[in-house]
Amino acid sequence: MSPWLQGLTRLRQYPSALAGLGIIVLLVAVAIYAVTAIPYSEARDLWRSGEAWQDLPTSAPPVWADRLLGGDAPRTIRVATDDVVMEQERYEGVRLQRATLPVEFPYGGFPQEVNLFVESQFDDRQPFVRLTWRTPDGEAIPLGARRVGESERISISQDRQLESRLGFAPQVGLFTDAAPGTDDPQVRQGTYELVIEAIQFEETATLDANLVVYGQVHGLFGTDHKRRDLAVALLWGTPIALAFGLLAAVGTTVTTLIIAATGVWLGGWVDAAIQRLTEVNMILPLLPILVMVGTLYSTSIWLMLGVVVVLGIFSAGIKMYRAMLLPIREAPYIEAARAYGAGNARIILRYLVPRILPVLIPTFVTLIPTYVFLEASLAVLGLGDPVLPTWGKILNDAQAQSALYHGHYYWVLEPAALLMLTGLGFAMLGFALDRVFNPRLRSV
Amino acid sequence: MTTPQPSTRPPQAAPGEPLLCAEGLHTHFELRQWGFVRVGSVRAVEGVDLTLGAGEAVAVVGESGCGKSSLARTLLGLHRPTGGTVRFDGTPLNGLSGRALKRYRARVGYVQQDPYGALPPFMDIQRILAEPLIIHGVRGRAERERRIDTALAEVGLTPAADTRRKFPHQLSGGQQQRVVIARALLLRPAMIIADEPVSMLDASVRVEILELLRRVQREHRLALLYITHDLSTVRHYVDRALVMYGGRIVEQAPVTDLLARSGHPYTEALLSALGDPDADNARRQREVPGGEPPSLVHPPSGCRFHPRCPHAMQGKCEVEPPPPDFRPRADHRVACWLHE
Ligand SMILES: Nc1ncnc2c1ncn2[C@@H]1O[C@H](COP(=O)(O)OP(=O)(O)OP(=O)(O)O)[C@@H](O)[C@H]1O
Ligand SMILES: [Mg+2]
Repeated sequence: MSPWLQGLTRLRQYPSALAGLGIIVLLVAVAIYAVTAIPYSEARDLWRSGEAWQDLPTSAPPVWADRLLGGDAPRTIRVATDDVVMEQERYEGVRLQRATLPVEFPYGGFPQEVNLFVESQFDDRQPFVRLTWRTPDGEAIPLGARRVGESERISISQDRQLESRLGFAPQVGLFTDAAPGTDDPQVRQGTYELVIEAIQFEETATLDANLVVYGQVHGLFGTDHKRRDLAVALLWGTPIALAFGLLAAVGTTVTTLIIAATGVWLGGWVDAAIQRLTEVNMILPLLPILVMVGTLYSTSIWLMLGVVVVLGIFSAGIKMYRAMLLPIREAPYIEAARAYGAGNARIILRYLVPRILPVLIPTFVTLIPTYVFLEASLAVLGLGDPVLPTWGKILNDAQAQSALYHGHYYWVLEPAALLMLTGLGFAMLGFALDRVFNPRLRSV
Repeated sequence: MTTPQPSTRPPQAAPGEPLLCAEGLHTHFELRQWGFVRVGSVRAVEGVDLTLGAGEAVAVVGESGCGKSSLARTLLGLHRPTGGTVRFDGTPLNGLSGRALKRYRARVGYVQQDPYGALPPFMDIQRILAEPLIIHGVRGRAERERRIDTALAEVGLTPAADTRRKFPHQLSGGQQQRVVIARALLLRPAMIIADEPVSMLDASVRVEILELLRRVQREHRLALLYITHDLSTVRHYVDRALVMYGGRIVEQAPVTDLLARSGHPYTEALLSALGDPDADNARRQREVPGGEPPSLVHPPSGCRFHPRCPHAMQGKCEVEPPPPDFRPRADHRVACWLHE
């Protein structure tokens, strides 16, 4: 059995390795699900679009967080005219359309907002719409009347006139039976109704309305300040984080190792040049350079990846690998290989490099999360990819919106938890690999 | 297997040019301080003339540090000689490069001292033996496996299928050295250079390995350069022996002749140590001959051996180095003023 297989079977004895492996498998599964469920370009466009998110509440925590704390915050309720029967009456030259949208409201808190999205098709004359709110008691509150265009948002909760009439903000006043001006109004639970009456002046004109009573909580992961569902960013952040970490780790370790081995093998001025380059590169600060590139050029994640890899090639790792390879260079089996005609490239790749792979693999595994964190740090510094949703960008948004100050802990904790989970998974596996492979290295 | 006697096969009278021919070979290593300041040089090989006929087995004997390995590496083209020439099959090795050097390497097998170190620990035997074949363009897995099996069978590692899957650390020292010999034979060389092939092995397997070398050398009519510090291992396994001292060849003769009628005081000292039946092998090595081995950085003037020589002649030996070819007999050459 090869030493590699032996090492891997011994890995089974480490529960931490299995746990780490489990976490990594989970993350990979999420990543695969993300890229198959929402293709790359779609995810990019979705995250940037405003329209896709218009019927989600702003900065709403996840449902479970509220329920766990014993809350009864409302969820978002959507009722469309398509869901109900539209009554129609004809008069001379005009039609009167009437729809009653029921709003079943069993929650203990007031909604965040109330909006009505109206879409209408007509040639010339806009329909005229009158809205009436009916409480469970049967009380009717007129919400005003207006002409509507082709696609319009009627922000009921932003209606200042209504607010002064009700004595509360509309989203409160419409859902309570407390006397106007009461300090602590209570929700009146029950079924409310929005009655839409439209006067159509054209025979073929249509009207579709969609009432959204915004909840205070949303889904499994909550939303951000732009109403975007964090689930999308957390989901898509996974493949991006893993790809960035993996590519950066592969890009730096493989090149570093090969360059170190080349320097050790060829010696002379090649080795000297590599050493000096490494020393210069070691004092170059990575983060400020990345900030500079990001500020002056582009913050594209792929450009950042390139810079990280290029700066990572001549990293301190070269010194470490060199120290490990120098004694191996003198090994009799290398001399034997020269004697049977192995060329420089073959000696470097087949005789020098494999000898330190056992040390390299654990280092490589633990290196992956450091690059994931680096990407997140860049994003927090405002140098996240301009179009892609990433974990770091969620943190950046949360910070910009003072999420913690406003008590939106979920907004910070969710991406942070994923980052920590990633770090934990790779670290546990890496440390176990280290224990499995390195005693062997010392013994051979 | 019967121990072959040198008399069963006369030393090769080389028809025309011998297979390997070194003339005035020098290999010096520069000693540097801080990586660039030259402070002297180690004259590991100094003016060695050596010939090796096709199918001839020759031993190079000398104490530790006298430059035997440096000579071997120079002949293998692993060190660039500082001076002199090496010709193999009529072609000079100096300045040989690329394809020609690679072709030379396919024709010369190398057996090192430390069998475990000579095998890459992360490869299995199959892979280790496939390497030279791959490098020299033997295409086809089946063909390679066939040749590997043949070589393993030849060195007595059967069944070959079992051995192929093992890693070096799973084999005993003797088996490891057999793998090294198999590797040296794989490319069907014309010559094998074995640098102290048994000095790191258990005494119990030394004879086996030496007999194996002798057998394959005869079966394939290989030229064998057997390097050793132990004169006792020379008798049955080679045709001719060279004695090396301080980077120079001080005596060469057919092995029976050398053992019976040595001409150089250094060889005599080595032989008298062999005669002591009580001393074990290791002690014998250290005690003989008396005095310090010569420094190769600041070698003694004149004859390198004169500070330790019981017959040193004042005003002669420390002044002028003896020429290497006083001939007490036709095929016996000694570098010693006693034979002037
Ligand atoms: N690559 C090298 N660079 C510098 N000095 C060297 C090098 N190789 C050998 N030497 C020196 O050359 C001298 C002869 O070494 P060499 O290995 O040829 O001796 P040897 O006869 O094989 O000894 P041993 O019996 O210990 O193997 C030693 O003093 C050694 O230190
Ligand atoms: Mg040696």
